[in-house]
Amino acid sequence: MSLETSSVTFPQQVRVARSDANLKRALGKLKFGLTAMRSAAVARLPEFEQLRHDAASIRDHTLNHLDHYLLRFEAAVTARGGHVHFAPDAAAANAIILEICRSVDARKVTKGKSMVTEEIELNAHLEAHGITCLETDLGEYILQLRKERPSHIVAPAIHVLKEQVAETFAAHHGPAAAGGRDEPAALMAEARAVIRRHFLEADVGITGANFAIAETGSTVIVTNEGNGDLTQSLPKVHVAVTGIEKIVPTLEDASTLIRLLSRSATGQEASVYNTFSTGPRRPEDHDGPQAFHVVLVDNGRSRMLGSVFQDMLRCIRCGACMNHCPVYGQVGGQAYGSVYPGPMGAVLTPSLAGIEAAGHLPNASTFCGACEEVCPVRIPLPKLMRHWREREFEAGLAPRGSRFGLALWSFAAQRPWLYRWLSRAGARMLAVLGRRRGYLAKLPLGRGWTAWRDLPAPAGETFQTAWRRRQHDDLR
Amino acid sequence: MSRRRVGLLVTCLVDFFRPQVGFASIRLLEAAGCEVVVPDIQTCCGQPAWNNGDRGSSQKLALAVIDAFAGLDAVVAPSGSCIGMLRQYPAVLGDDHSRRADAVALAARCHELSSFLVDELHYRPGAPLQPNDEAVTYHDGCSGLRELGVLEQPRSLLAAAGVSIREMDAAAVCCGFGGTFCIKYPDISGAMVDDKILSIERSGASTVAAGDLGCLLNIEGRLARLGKPIRVRHFAELLASEAAASSATRRP
Repeated sequence: MSLETSSVTFPQQVRVARSDANLKRALGKLKFGLTAMRSAAVARLPEFEQLRHDAASIRDHTLNHLDHYLLRFEAAVTARGGHVHFAPDAAAANAIILEICRSVDARKVTKGKSMVTEEIELNAHLEAHGITCLETDLGEYILQLRKERPSHIVAPAIHVLKEQVAETFAAHHGPAAAGGRDEPAALMAEARAVIRRHFLEADVGITGANFAIAETGSTVIVTNEGNGDLTQSLPKVHVAVTGIEKIVPTLEDASTLIRLLSRSATGQEASVYNTFSTGPRRPEDHDGPQAFHVVLVDNGRSRMLGSVFQDMLRCIRCGACMNHCPVYGQVGGQAYGSVYPGPMGAVLTPSLAGIEAAGHLPNASTFCGACEEVCPVRIPLPKLMRHWREREFEAGLAPRGSRFGLALWSFAAQRPWLYRWLSRAGARMLAVLGRRRGYLAKLPLGRGWTAWRDLPAPAGETFQTAWRRRQHDDLR
Repeated sequence: MSRRRVGLLVTCLVDFFRPQVGFASIRLLEAAGCEVVVPDIQTCCGQPAWNNGDRGSSQKLALAVIDAFAGLDAVVAPSGSCIGMLRQYPAVLGDDHSRRADAVALAARCHELSSFLVDELHYRPGAPLQPNDEAVTYHDGCSGLRELGVLEQPRSLLAAAGVSIREMDAAAVCCGFGGTFCIKYPDISGAMVDDKILSIERSGASTVAAGDLGCLLNIEGRLARLGKPIRVRHFAELLASEAAASSATRRP
């Protein structure tokens, strides 16, 4: 079992997204919110570019020696009384986590925000085995009530307006408390009151990990709500679930990456909580879980090592690429049909789920390069999307119409005389058709263009023809 | 220094839709002291093939461009997108290709028009070529901006020629053209160009200029569909239009 997607129906999902007025309002905020905050934070840090360089080097070094650092991490966790589990795929990861839950007869699990558990669809697996899962991140909690998938890897409910949250809470929590449901703060207080009692009832707390530090055997979560801390310190058992690529060699390296992560994600100098978990509770500790497990999920990642897609494994999941992507900004995250949307998802999703399941995603980009420009670890996202298009073309998976059109065009472009002749004839014909208005509103085979635009009519004579004619006139 | 022999990469869109951009480019290059050559065996830089994953066709077209422009001091195009493609040729051919060195050499001597005029030739239009009190707003094409660093060059040329620029917000955000993207994903592309047009309108300018015909046709086509009377021009047209240079051309 690999990553499940509904990306094959991307064009239909785009149409649904474009007709959703609430989504349009929600996405409008993205453009002037997170992107402006990021650029302000970057402007305040003169060494930002140097940090990007250092971060990419740290990630490259670790990925090139991943086997070594994974083993070091495992040894460090074990030495501190914790357990490391390697899960080759989603099914294995789910089975391992279910087994841990069963070992303590868990009935209820609280969860911090974790994209990897979304990827492996952990909640559904645990629920199917009678274990209640409660998302404690506000955005994830809202989505759990609404039975939706995240639309953003950092701000999962960014597509939901506060009025919609109020409706959802009214449907699930009953009448509003004294504070009402008009203000975000009141909604947050309401969610906090509901979620808080679950922390105390939970048998197991499951979090993700932004980083796993080989030197110390620590997992790190970078959050703003504090729910992750309660998730991992109150229940008897803490399970941190993350991808095998999240290893960093040292605490110092983690600190470099954290400085970039917060600024790139939300424009914060530092997120509110940067929590390091190192082993279970020791006798002298006042709190903490009795057992500490780390589940390292492969699920297709090791296939990317040593391939052209290895650079994608540098990703630290900041979401800056989607915040700056004009395509994401028009359609939102859910249209992508994958837990990983936007530019990073357009590369990662086909890597994990196969290009057959996700062919639209690397194609739905203008290659404008805004993503690569802001990526804190300088992943060449357009280049990697192009590599997916190449794989798709080689495998004959590109749509038949586009392959046929491309083949015809390519045949002509390799024959200058033919190309010239076709251009001349085409320009003359379209000039005649568009001579009245200067524009063509309809085109044979051109609906993709004319659905939204007129086609400016050509001048009639191609440049090459006009140039040769003028030169000839000059000589005379 | 002797006169540079510059090959004009006309680009498919200029050749087909807007030959006046090609003539304006030649006038600018000649005004800057170059001898301009237009190889007649040029067709396309190969970008549609490359961006659609067809490496085989991309390689053939790259070699054709390398041959068409052999022996010239520089290759210049009125397009950031096509020059961005020429700069990719070493990657298109790959590390082991026998003609990789030629691709590397071409990549090093090909330039987007405004960048060539400003950065390489230090050309400044002396007097306003086309006195114009219309405010112009400038859209940054993605490839020129992010692959080639074209940002100030066209603006400084326009300013030197007496064109007043009124910046739009989000000038660096993609207009939604994206080559075959605009045909494959018309709904997304259409929504993007609408946002671009809102930015253009907020600037208050009556003309929008850019350095790539792909962006310009996309913006112009949408403006026409919406019935909005904003003029759309390549910066080369504003700097050296046929009308401004009418004395230099002979018409029957």
